[in-house]
Amino acid sequence: MIRRRPASDWAAAVVLAAACVLALLSLLPEARLLHVPAYIVGLAGKYLSYAILALAVDLVWGFAGILTLGHAAFFALGGYAMGMYLMREIGTRGVYANPDLPDFMVFLSWTHLPWYWYGFSHLAFALLMAVLVPGVLAAAFGFLAFRSRVSGVYLSIITQALTYALLLAFFRNDMGFGGNNGLTDFKDIAGADLHQPATRAALLAITALVLALCLVVSRMILRSRYGDLLVAVRDAENRTRFIGYRPEHIKLMIWVFSAVIAGLGGALYVIQVGIINPGEFSPGNSIEAVIWVAVGGRGTLWGPVLGALLVNFGKTIFTGVLPELWLYALGALFILTTLFLPRGLVGLRRRVRRDATPALEPGDGEVTP
Amino acid sequence: MSRSALLYLDGVSVTFDGFRALNALSLVLAPGEMRAIIGPNGAGKTTMMDVITGKTRPDTGDVLFRGTDLTRLDEPAIARLGIGRKFQKPTVFEQLTVHDNLLLSLKGRRRPFAMLFARLTSAESGRIESILATTRLAPHAGRLAGALSHGQKQWLEIGMLLGQDPELLLVDEPVAGMTDAETMQTADLLRDINRTHSVVVVEHDMEFVRALNVKVTVLHEGSVLAEGSVEQVSANSRVVEVYLGR
Repeated sequence: MIRRRPASDWAAAVVLAAACVLALLSLLPEARLLHVPAYIVGLAGKYLSYAILALAVDLVWGFAGILTLGHAAFFALGGYAMGMYLMREIGTRGVYANPDLPDFMVFLSWTHLPWYWYGFSHLAFALLMAVLVPGVLAAAFGFLAFRSRVSGVYLSIITQALTYALLLAFFRNDMGFGGNNGLTDFKDIAGADLHQPATRAALLAITALVLALCLVVSRMILRSRYGDLLVAVRDAENRTRFIGYRPEHIKLMIWVFSAVIAGLGGALYVIQVGIINPGEFSPGNSIEAVIWVAVGGRGTLWGPVLGALLVNFGKTIFTGVLPELWLYALGALFILTTLFLPRGLVGLRRRVRRDATPALEPGDGEVTP
Repeated sequence: MSRSALLYLDGVSVTFDGFRALNALSLVLAPGEMRAIIGPNGAGKTTMMDVITGKTRPDTGDVLFRGTDLTRLDEPAIARLGIGRKFQKPTVFEQLTVHDNLLLSLKGRRRPFAMLFARLTSAESGRIESILATTRLAPHAGRLAGALSHGQKQWLEIGMLLGQDPELLLVDEPVAGMTDAETMQTADLLRDINRTHSVVVVEHDMEFVRALNVKVTVLHEGSVLAEGSVEQVSANSRVVEVYLGR
């Protein structure tokens, strides 16, 4: 449990080391035996971005008992912030070679840049927005929802509504985010060519570093007295009120932190995947993220990372062989996990290791969202 | 009267879907007093606790604590004002250790940011040690609260109340499910607590109420039926009719 030796620190170190090795091997000449092709580096970067999203979901679901079915919204918002910067970086290299406007705006016959695109020619500003926009949205949403004591399945439903509303909004051309097509055709980041193996290797290493840092910071938060309080609120919210705590504030803090992490993950995702479109807001994406966490093991920090990596690796393989069956496989995976591995793969390891001490079995009661 | 009283309820009524849970209830508790509340099921004992702690808002009536109107405050605000509550069903934080349960209950920090950077101080350690000793839970400090026996959970919850150090403790059926020995120990513990705190105890167990030996208020159908010593209310024919006789 949280109090044991921090397995999450080991996970962070392993992820970081593995990503660095992969990145370095990708820089070997192609003829060499151990050379890693570019697409593998890209895939690994994508998986690690997803792992950051999974960690974000687990922070609120596993540790605060808030079953979010809309976290991909924060991920996508972070992605859009980064995508806007990458669009501005294209400059005159677009199809229309317009120095002031991204291609899609020229196509829509817009004459000047909307105000909310100002500042996005700077990477630092875009990064700031990638965490600020999800953070502020989460703060507003969480403040209202938690204050009204919306919880359980009702909260899950409104998180779905949130991401769906954003999906519809971003589909609209006049929103100014590229509509249906989204933002794509990126050229470079901070002057480095996005198609160069060295850039991609560096991005993979950076993503791993961000994930590792998120793991360590999350571990510090959960091991603090606040972390204990979070578990207390998760298991007996009403009781904390009568001791003088305000559960809505306690939940809000982890909720906002989680959204910020998700935004970061989304920003890193877009750089490496090369496109962001409204599809990222689709409710199914958020649910998939919950499945990664369930499979890996909620309520632990490295479980969701493991789950995100394995399920997405599986998805890559599966969709290559039997693409039309993937959703069935995913659904079956979720059902089987829920039935036979309520604590996920991490729980499997624990079950094997369980010693004579009949410590409290974290039963299903604790798993209620 | 309302000025000198610690807790002052006057004409408090609460209706749930047409059911009158409290009917013009009036009750005055002096500072330092311990009061036992008895009454048949549905007499309004728990609803009264809910009204005092902000869980339920009364339709009419005054609820004052040291002159502060409690009907305008929510649960955390009332708790911070100095009213602690122990529930009928023991509710402890099962996934945390006994020690950490007590730590979270200690009077003091309540804001999430402050909690993030809180370090265990020697004063806090001292408080926890002393509560562990009082509640006889010292050997269990490192165990998860969920692994305690029912009686131990009750005691832990009382310990958490002590940690909160409220001026007034509301204790709902503290000895439900306890053995006779545990019941008597709990009576001793509450009398001990009463030396420094005011206490309201709701209880069904008449042996326990006798052991407390304090003023008793009998509730019936949402209002006060009788008030006085254990002997006085036991001799009251109406009380015998609606409650004790059954």
